[in-house]
Amino acid sequence: MSATSTDSSAPARATIRRWTPLSGGFTGGLGAFGIALVFVPIVMQARTVQDLTALLILVLMAVMWNALAGYGGLVSVGLQAYIGLGAYATIWFSLKGIDPYWAMILATLFCAVVAVPLSFVVLRFRGAQFAIGTWVVAEAIGIYIGLDNQLGAGTGTSLVQLDSYATSTREHITYWFALGMTALFSIGVFVMLRSRLGASLQAIRDDEEAAASVGVRVVAGKRILFLLASAGCGAAGALTVANILFVQPTSIFSVNYSADMIFMVLVGGIGTFEGPIIGALILYFIQQQFGNDGTWYLIGLGATAIVFAVLFPRGLWGMLQDRTGWQFLPVGYRLRRAAAIPPPERDQNPAEAVG
Amino acid sequence: MSWVNDVIQGILLGGYYGIIACGLALMFGVMRIINLAHGDIAVLGAFLMYLLLQHWHTSPFIALLPVLPVMLLFGYLLQRLILQRSLRAGVLTPLLATFGISIVIQNALEQGFGPDVQSLGGETGSLVTASWNINSQISIAALSALIFVAALVIYAALQFFLSRTRMGRQMRAAAEDPDTAELVGIDSRAVYARATAIAVGIATLGGLALALRTTFSSYAGPNQLIFAFEAVVIGGMGASIWGALLGGIVLGIAQTIGAQINPEWSVLSGHIVFLLVLISPRGGLLTLRAGRVRRRAGSTRLRATA
Repeated sequence: MSATSTDSSAPARATIRRWTPLSGGFTGGLGAFGIALVFVPIVMQARTVQDLTALLILVLMAVMWNALAGYGGLVSVGLQAYIGLGAYATIWFSLKGIDPYWAMILATLFCAVVAVPLSFVVLRFRGAQFAIGTWVVAEAIGIYIGLDNQLGAGTGTSLVQLDSYATSTREHITYWFALGMTALFSIGVFVMLRSRLGASLQAIRDDEEAAASVGVRVVAGKRILFLLASAGCGAAGALTVANILFVQPTSIFSVNYSADMIFMVLVGGIGTFEGPIIGALILYFIQQQFGNDGTWYLIGLGATAIVFAVLFPRGLWGMLQDRTGWQFLPVGYRLRRAAAIPPPERDQNPAEAVG
Repeated sequence: MSWVNDVIQGILLGGYYGIIACGLALMFGVMRIINLAHGDIAVLGAFLMYLLLQHWHTSPFIALLPVLPVMLLFGYLLQRLILQRSLRAGVLTPLLATFGISIVIQNALEQGFGPDVQSLGGETGSLVTASWNINSQISIAALSALIFVAALVIYAALQFFLSRTRMGRQMRAAAEDPDTAELVGIDSRAVYARATAIAVGIATLGGLALALRTTFSSYAGPNQLIFAFEAVVIGGMGASIWGALLGGIVLGIAQTIGAQINPEWSVLSGHIVFLLVLISPRGGLLTLRAGRVRRRAGSTRLRATA
């Protein structure tokens, strides 16, 4: 995955660029935008704050699903296991007398810890088997929690401990938590992609055997990614329960979360950093417009996913990137030759569809 | 003695899981596609039969006759129009496409038939209630026995098809190595479409079995898919077509015994057995036999690597 080896004809005159003026400007802009988002609760209405919290949770989920599928080739239909666990662990820790917001952080860590033994089970699966194998795990955990009377069994339970905060305070803190978690995990993925691990993960995605043959530690790489995604989805679950205050096993462990994640990433652009964020924005606006239409809304969602899988597997952002070579966030390698007539810059980040 | 009865009921239940798992195993074996809409396709078949029975008061078995060809065509077109195209982008893209199909089918059924729970068991007259009482504790329901026999027939027919017919041999060749199969004149796309049609056809039989033995609703598909997948994995993926039936039986026994311990534990104990088999060194009942099976002529094994 070393960028210098991709063009052997002019190795001495090629330089690797990771930052471009575009990506530098955009990354700075995004950082500034993120900081600006911190002040939203101060200037916006409560309703907007709550909606933005929901949007941030969607972004977090999409970024996590994409990290797993788009960069590790691990397509999962079972990340709702950690969304549910994150939500229920928040309630469980709160029941133990821990402040709900600390409980959310503990729940996030708890999901990462639970994912360690589970990774030994599900990472035995490859390709499509992994997708449905993780789903079975999610179902099993969902049923198990549905049997626990302390956690409200099948009828669900509320995060009553949050009532100790005034409504507006609660909404603001939850929003800041959502912003912080989303930023934290997005930056985590960003840093990981720029590191040696990121390159080796994409090598695993593109060809597992070949990656192993050049010394990439395949299982270790996958495990790190799996733990990251589990923790991220745990945070998303904790934020969900803090935002809606009520949780029920059948809904929080619902495979519909996977449907949402797949939709966002597939439409936005799998294997790109920017795609899932765009996908989350699209899904958010679709939910706002058509979310009340029930079955027709879901039929439309499913049909769109089919169309993108079959006709546009690179997603919206992937297609735009193919046309323009833009990369707003510097997660790849760019090769620039010092020749008189510079050939068109090629994006060395093989952000192809999963394979 | 009640344990003996549980095991017998579990084996019979396994017949149903075997039927549901069969098409999933076939598609995975031939194309490496896991069809996430498999359970929903079975439920779709059940609803089509339900629709027919609304208009003509007849036996569900008669209703199957017009529904089956429709579903075969549906499977053929599914492969030709959607899955074949998505296969170009790697093996995981079809997975995402089938997930989309699953959502569309579920919600289209919900839109068309509403949220009510349906069953075709009432349409079969005495078949649903008939049973043989072996002794005071063991009794075998006629319907369960019929479904189990149907499973055996389906698996035997599929084995015959794969090992003895020209089309079946082509299917095995395309599964083993599509490029080489193309070299000797096999149109792998046509073979794939036939395999999907057969898988959807068998799923429809599974849908009928589901509709007869219990109730179904528009969102019943995902559970059937999960049971089918568990059966395939427990049996040892790709080791042999029969592995899926064996896996189904193990799953059925696990569920009935789990239900005996605590009714709420039925499905969960199936999941647990699945996970235990998964972490066991063999990772599937028939996987170790794979090497031996491969050398046997006329084997139903579809691929060299599991």
